[in-house]
Amino acid sequence: MLEARHLECTRGERRLFTDLSFKLGRGQLLRVAGANGSGKTSLLRIMCGLLAPSAGELRWRGKPIRSEREEYSRNLVFIGHLNALKDDLTALENLQVAAALAGMSAEAKRMLAALERFGVDHCAELPAKVLSQGQRRRVALARLELSAAVPLWILDEPFSALDVAAVMELEGLLAAHLASGGMVVLTTHQEVQVVAHAVVRVDLDLHTAALLAA
Amino acid sequence: MIRALGWVLRRDLLLAFRRRGDVVNALVFFVIVVSLFPLGVGPEASQLRNMAPGVLWVAALLACMLSLARLFAPDHQDGTLEQMLLAGEPLVVLVAGKVISHWLMSGLPLVLMAPLLGLQFDLPGDALAVLCLSLLLGTPVLSLIGAVGAALTLGVRGSGVLVALLVLPLYVPVLIFGAGSVGAVAAGTGAEAHLLLLGGFLALSVVLAPWGCAAALRIAME
Repeated sequence: MLEARHLECTRGERRLFTDLSFKLGRGQLLRVAGANGSGKTSLLRIMCGLLAPSAGELRWRGKPIRSEREEYSRNLVFIGHLNALKDDLTALENLQVAAALAGMSAEAKRMLAALERFGVDHCAELPAKVLSQGQRRRVALARLELSAAVPLWILDEPFSALDVAAVMELEGLLAAHLASGGMVVLTTHQEVQVVAHAVVRVDLDLHTAALLAA
Repeated sequence: MIRALGWVLRRDLLLAFRRRGDVVNALVFFVIVVSLFPLGVGPEASQLRNMAPGVLWVAALLACMLSLARLFAPDHQDGTLEQMLLAGEPLVVLVAGKVISHWLMSGLPLVLMAPLLGLQFDLPGDALAVLCLSLLLGTPVLSLIGAVGAALTLGVRGSGVLVALLVLPLYVPVLIFGAGSVGAVAAGTGAEAHLLLLGGFLALSVVLAPWGCAAALRIAME
């Protein structure tokens, strides 16, 4: 489904990674590990189509992602290290806008159910600026609950700022998404590895197993 | 597509409503700048009438530019702009929504306030009407061109000054024909030609600016 061919990323003078190739199919999880500054976020932004790789290309269902940008965007959810919440909107309004822009129904009942899954339904009417870091992260992740039908999830450090209960909730959600044939790409600092592409080359099925076991 | 546009518009208007201070700031700036001129140059009516179009237009231009900094920068900072780029809707449509809401929040109040300020300069009724009409046609152009400038300077240090340098030269034709239209009425030659040209600028920028802005945003996000 998603195939990377000889990706290379250069930021300024630095070459972050080069000749990075991988394939991601249904039900597979791609875990991008690496030290700080090894290009994890850049790789994820390339995979979203926000950033052009300096060499190589990404193909989605056999077509280069940059040739059919909007079509590809409809097939992915990206949660970056920024939570993409407007401080002056309530948690519910934030989620509604995100759902509407993703072309989904913005019905308040669905939104509340998603917030409830992450245990932040009591914050629905509070402006995002009064929420704690962990609560903001939970509101951002509630988008995933709405996006079960979207095949590709790209998550940058999804576990940051979460407590144990929310980590388990998220792991359950990811497992369910993978089980239903979805794809997940994520970065995480648990088990830090040296270079991003070294880990990408590792057998992806093994990685799925490792995460689910943890 | 229309639904996405509606949501962006709704979101930005709601945000503006929650942060009313920002909208009021630009309007107060406009009122103060315009009101300072009669105090500075003296109360002679004929002199004030002559300079009124220029003063009002320059003040409107600066007030509009003040609010450009808030067009994309906050969305860039909190990551919502990134999500707009990935929305699966044409970015042009979302940009159009943002520009419309920018105009409603920064351009339209100026248009509504201008006749009142024109009275301070002893402008006659027909000149006031043309002033309003010219601002109505001209301020959307300011928002549209300004949006391209704001998108190009996104995330750049000292972007405020850079926006001014980029955008002000492009504002010059709008300023000339906007202020000129009011002057033409006063001179008795009729304002049709000026207003038609302003309408032409508006049509041109409606067609080109959203695309330019969307392309600039993609570059700025890399």
